Amino acid sequence: MSSSVRGIGGEALLIAGKDLRLEARSRVAANHVLPFVLAVVLLFGFALDPDSGILRRATPGLFWVTVLFAAVLLVQRNFAIERQNGVSDALRLSGLRPAGIFLGKVLSLVVQLLVVELLMAGCAVVFYDVRLRGPLLLLATTATATLAIASAGAVYGPLASGLQVRDTALPLLLVPVLAPVLLCATRAFQIALGEIAGGGWPWAGMLGIVAALYLTLGVVVWGPLMEET
Amino acid sequence: MTDLAVEPDPAGRGVTSTASRGTRILGAATIVSMAVLLLYAFGITSPDAQLGESIRIMYVHVPTISLTYLLMVLNAACGVFYLRRRSEFADLLGHAAGELAVLFLGFSIVSGALWGRITWGAYWVWDARLTTTAVLFLLYVGYLAVRAVQAEPQVRGTRSAIVGIAAALLIPIVHKSVDWWSSLHQQRTLFGTLDPEIGGTQLFTLLFSFVAFGFLAAWLLVHRFRVAWLAERMAERELEFAIAERRSEAQS
Amino acid sequence: MEPVVHFRSAVALLGRFPALTGVNLDVGAGEIVLVTGPNGAGKTTLLRCCAGLLRVTAGTARVLGVDLVADRVAVRPMVGLLGHDSGLYDELSVIDNLRFWARAVGAPTDDIDAVMDRVGVASRLADVAVSRLSTGQRRRAGLAALVIRRPSLWLLDEPHAGLDQRARDELDALARSAARQGATVLFSSHELDRAEALATRSVHLVGGAVVCAESHAEQVS
Repeated sequence: MSSSVRGIGGEALLIAGKDLRLEARSRVAANHVLPFVLAVVLLFGFALDPDSGILRRATPGLFWVTVLFAAVLLVQRNFAIERQNGVSDALRLSGLRPAGIFLGKVLSLVVQLLVVELLMAGCAVVFYDVRLRGPLLLLATTATATLAIASAGAVYGPLASGLQVRDTALPLLLVPVLAPVLLCATRAFQIALGEIAGGGWPWAGMLGIVAALYLTLGVVVWGPLMEET
Repeated sequence: MTDLAVEPDPAGRGVTSTASRGTRILGAATIVSMAVLLLYAFGITSPDAQLGESIRIMYVHVPTISLTYLLMVLNAACGVFYLRRRSEFADLLGHAAGELAVLFLGFSIVSGALWGRITWGAYWVWDARLTTTAVLFLLYVGYLAVRAVQAEPQVRGTRSAIVGIAAALLIPIVHKSVDWWSSLHQQRTLFGTLDPEIGGTQLFTLLFSFVAFGFLAAWLLVHRFRVAWLAERMAERELEFAIAERRSEAQS
Repeated sequence: MEPVVHFRSAVALLGRFPALTGVNLDVGAGEIVLVTGPNGAGKTTLLRCCAGLLRVTAGTARVLGVDLVADRVAVRPMVGLLGHDSGLYDELSVIDNLRFWARAVGAPTDDIDAVMDRVGVASRLADVAVSRLSTGQRRRAGLAALVIRRPSLWLLDEPHAGLDQRARDELDALARSAARQGATVLFSSHELDRAEALATRSVHLVGGAVVCAESHAEQVS
């Protein structure tokens, strides 16, 4: 079939384009996940005293915890659409390569996560009185952490969506896996924003390693994952 | 390939136990070496100059955490082998190893927390080692959760192999990032800074604890594997009945 | 010439349940074969095995020259399966779905309008989300996705269910014209009167095995 003519990249773009078009039409992610992010932003404000500056100092951690929760929702949604109406069979029959589908899923998750992160950054500036500094480190951290979260999500998402207990299984599987990502990304943000001293780049580097690890793992295991779950 | 598997009872009563000559010897060795370890850990060795009596916790904590890592690596190796060869043996051995890893990790977390209570007055400190073990514990609880979901053996094997491999790949990352993270706290590490000048009987006891817990791990591993293996045979027998039943339905 | 479908004592499992217990079946090119049988006889499983979606665990199974026991993935690009589900994304429009699936299988996208016309999906429905279609329209849209693939083997699971008289006639006409062009059709049905009119031959499944085969050759003049 022509899937051998088209590269893996083309297949990934096809899948990501389909996902994003679907989200643009259904607006489930936009109508559910973005308001959820806003709600969490407000809750943190209530929980931590806004006047004392705790909120501002805690922002790097709060930012990534919120992104993590939103990521669990986005991953769940992203793989729920592949289990409706037998489309998973149709995908298997299509001849698209598993690695191409995996990378497409990663790409669509990256785009959706970036929207969440943009909103969250805006909220941090407006509600938490954060002044953005160290833009290079912030951007590098965001890029690598987002890629790491998306690729881990695209490994565990289909795995959990195949389980009968999928709604509860995904957070259990995904949250511990993303613990190192949360830790590294938070530290890097703290350093970029000047909350603590130190070199921030090793943290971004570590996030890059995690992203590379999960991208490789996904490319290797998505074949068996599509067939056996 | 299933030399770890149980042999049928010669009297023809089916399988009545997961024990064999080999495991009885292993079991006896475990009990004897545990008794010797207890004697050394609580009787013969003296308290440490700096740590006092709490050094005795090391004789549990150090071997269990080391064996945990060994079991996790075994689990991942079984996962890789399973994905390549689809061998039931690797699948079940990996399961046994994963379950034991959680058990031993539980031991080391509890013993670490007790040590922390004595040394720092708190069960939990956000120390690098403790935090690492907590994250690893959750990772492998996830493995067992995936493992526990009812599914076709092939499906269950694939899922759990992937989760196990991913968890093992994360071990160095969790380690490194937590190390960096906590080094910013300037905090004491549990056993890292301690390195007591142990020698003589203390060193012997520590080394011997590896032998005793090693026997225990091997013993439990074989039995756990055999239980899983028998469960598969049970399921297979049920399948044969089901096929026969369905065939008779077709012929009637 | 080698038959398109060749099964000997084929066994397939659904989880721990033996859905096929020993199927013997030969289907030649251009045939339209009906698979009948009570609920739970293994009709759907048989079709899914032919599509290379389910593993055949024992026996011999060859479809379009591909050994399903050794490598069932290779047969997939050559077959089209219309199951109980449409195989379409609910939240995408009909045309977006068909464009996506055409690109996914590497088929041209410029004849989608013609295909929609052939299967009877009104062009005014092209931009409507699949979730808002009626059952009949949804099945037609699913059929369009199959036709776009131009498969050598059509696998239709209860294709007449949920269709009105006109839609059934159109479906039958489509299947016949595909068979005339050399494709093979394997379909299951409960409604024997309707189905036997389409089929050149039928096989009856019970308990995961073929218990009798019957030719309707006289009906195909």
